[in-house]
Amino acid sequence: MRLREQGVPLAGLDRTAVLPGSRNPFAVVAQFIDKTLVISELEVRKLRHDPTELLTRAVQPALWLLVFGQVFSKIRAIPTGQMSYIDFMAPGILAQSVLFSAIFYGIAIIWERDLGIVHKFLVSPTPRPALVLGKALSAGVRGLVQAGIIYVLALFLGVKINWNPLALLGVVIIVILGASVFSTFSLIIACLVKTRERFMGIGQVLTMPLFFASNAIYPLVLMPTWLKVIAIFNPLTYEVDALRTLMLAGGLSTFGLRLDFIVLTMVTIVFVAIGSRLYPRVVV
Amino acid sequence: MPILETDSLTRTYGELIAVNALTFSIEAGEVFGLLGPNGAGKTTTIKMLTTLLPPTSGKAFVRGFDVARQSASVRRVIGYVPQMISADGTLTGYENLIIFAKLYDLPRSEREDRVRSALAFMGLADAEDKLVREYSGGMIRRLEIAQSMLHRPPLLFLDEPTVGLDPNARRTVWEHIEQLRKDYGITILLTTHLMEEADNLCNRVAIMHLGNIVASGTPEQLKAGIGGNGSTLDDVFIHYTGNKLESGGSFRETTRARRTARRLG
Repeated sequence: MRLREQGVPLAGLDRTAVLPGSRNPFAVVAQFIDKTLVISELEVRKLRHDPTELLTRAVQPALWLLVFGQVFSKIRAIPTGQMSYIDFMAPGILAQSVLFSAIFYGIAIIWERDLGIVHKFLVSPTPRPALVLGKALSAGVRGLVQAGIIYVLALFLGVKINWNPLALLGVVIIVILGASVFSTFSLIIACLVKTRERFMGIGQVLTMPLFFASNAIYPLVLMPTWLKVIAIFNPLTYEVDALRTLMLAGGLSTFGLRLDFIVLTMVTIVFVAIGSRLYPRVVV
Repeated sequence: MPILETDSLTRTYGELIAVNALTFSIEAGEVFGLLGPNGAGKTTTIKMLTTLLPPTSGKAFVRGFDVARQSASVRRVIGYVPQMISADGTLTGYENLIIFAKLYDLPRSEREDRVRSALAFMGLADAEDKLVREYSGGMIRRLEIAQSMLHRPPLLFLDEPTVGLDPNARRTVWEHIEQLRKDYGITILLTTHLMEEADNLCNRVAIMHLGNIVASGTPEQLKAGIGGNGSTLDDVFIHYTGNKLESGGSFRETTRARRTARRLG
């Protein structure tokens, strides 16, 4: 049947344009990583052109640390054992600022859909998971800038920081994973609700409970059981736990770094898998 | 063998039949125009042909690849400029292109040259390091066309390429599209609701109305077909669809068209 004939390259046509994707698994993985990095390169280039947004996003965590942190340190309302409250809180605020900037990634997806940018990425031969993971890494890049700012603030407030290079590397990894989890979560919601108005509503409703139903600003032991159960299922809890272990000199983990890392990695993988199924639907 | 072929291509949204059993084909080297008012089903058709939207039923083949089943292969042989503004305003023209050169696997050694020659071809060499939000509407469109042809696709889709542009910018975009066809032999499928555009650019046109192709042929054939001496494509259009171009179009499409027009300013 004529319709079923295979495409024959035209003479003089660019060969690179018609090469089908390689079947070699190593080449596929290399391609995937390469494409993921290209998508996040886009974000880095954007940030280089306009870094002001990063500074405005630093205002909120600064207020939390300076106002809330200072006051609650003074009145000692929250028992944190040996650790001073400001020490206890600094990693929590780092996780919070990563969460707050990542959770609005979905709105950027809707914005890019409205402009037609998403269409063009989807028509390119880029694997869908690379598009989604690339976005997640982009959120990680933003998260790292936030982390830098919070380290400066923490230093200024006398937080006892662990400067061991391995611990710092650990913080980098956890921040990227945390940003990936919540930016991809946000992307999934954006792909489901599809409009800016609905997304804004849901974004507000989700962010605060995620933050308060976690160990970010008070220990789990203080929570009533029902809240503790929610916190145990909240990836933010594991992010905070890991950051508290790695960021502070003498920081102790509740769950163990290995579990924190495994939980964050697994959630990232599951969310990227769901996100790459839903992402193409945002243009339908 | 036609470069693009559809067989009863259909898309429904619930009760609404957006595209109804479309069967047509395009030969290599043609500039084919899909004409129709807003809401006729042009964009839905393009979305199916560019693998963005799965057809409800029917088939479409681009260079022999099934758009639904072999979408990865289809994506490598097409270029696409969406109706909305798809260039990133917060990046420079050069950056917009280099990112896509990477996504399309152009060899590292050729990327720079390919990007610069595409910019020069579209008359944007002087503006390559400016942020795209400082570009004029016509420049943005030319940049987007440059972006879509980096990997030298044999088939290019242009969805309303000159919507929202002033007459001068429109003419410049037309000249570049014409040049693209001459220099690279690219086959082009474009949608438009401007009869002048179709008359200027297309060898063959099909008129869409409520999801159906109601007439097709060369512009001359269509004009002759309705009999009148001195008929224009506008007359052809009114003859087949019973209304003027302005009518039709949903609230969503109208707001989108206006937003695009505003951004092109």
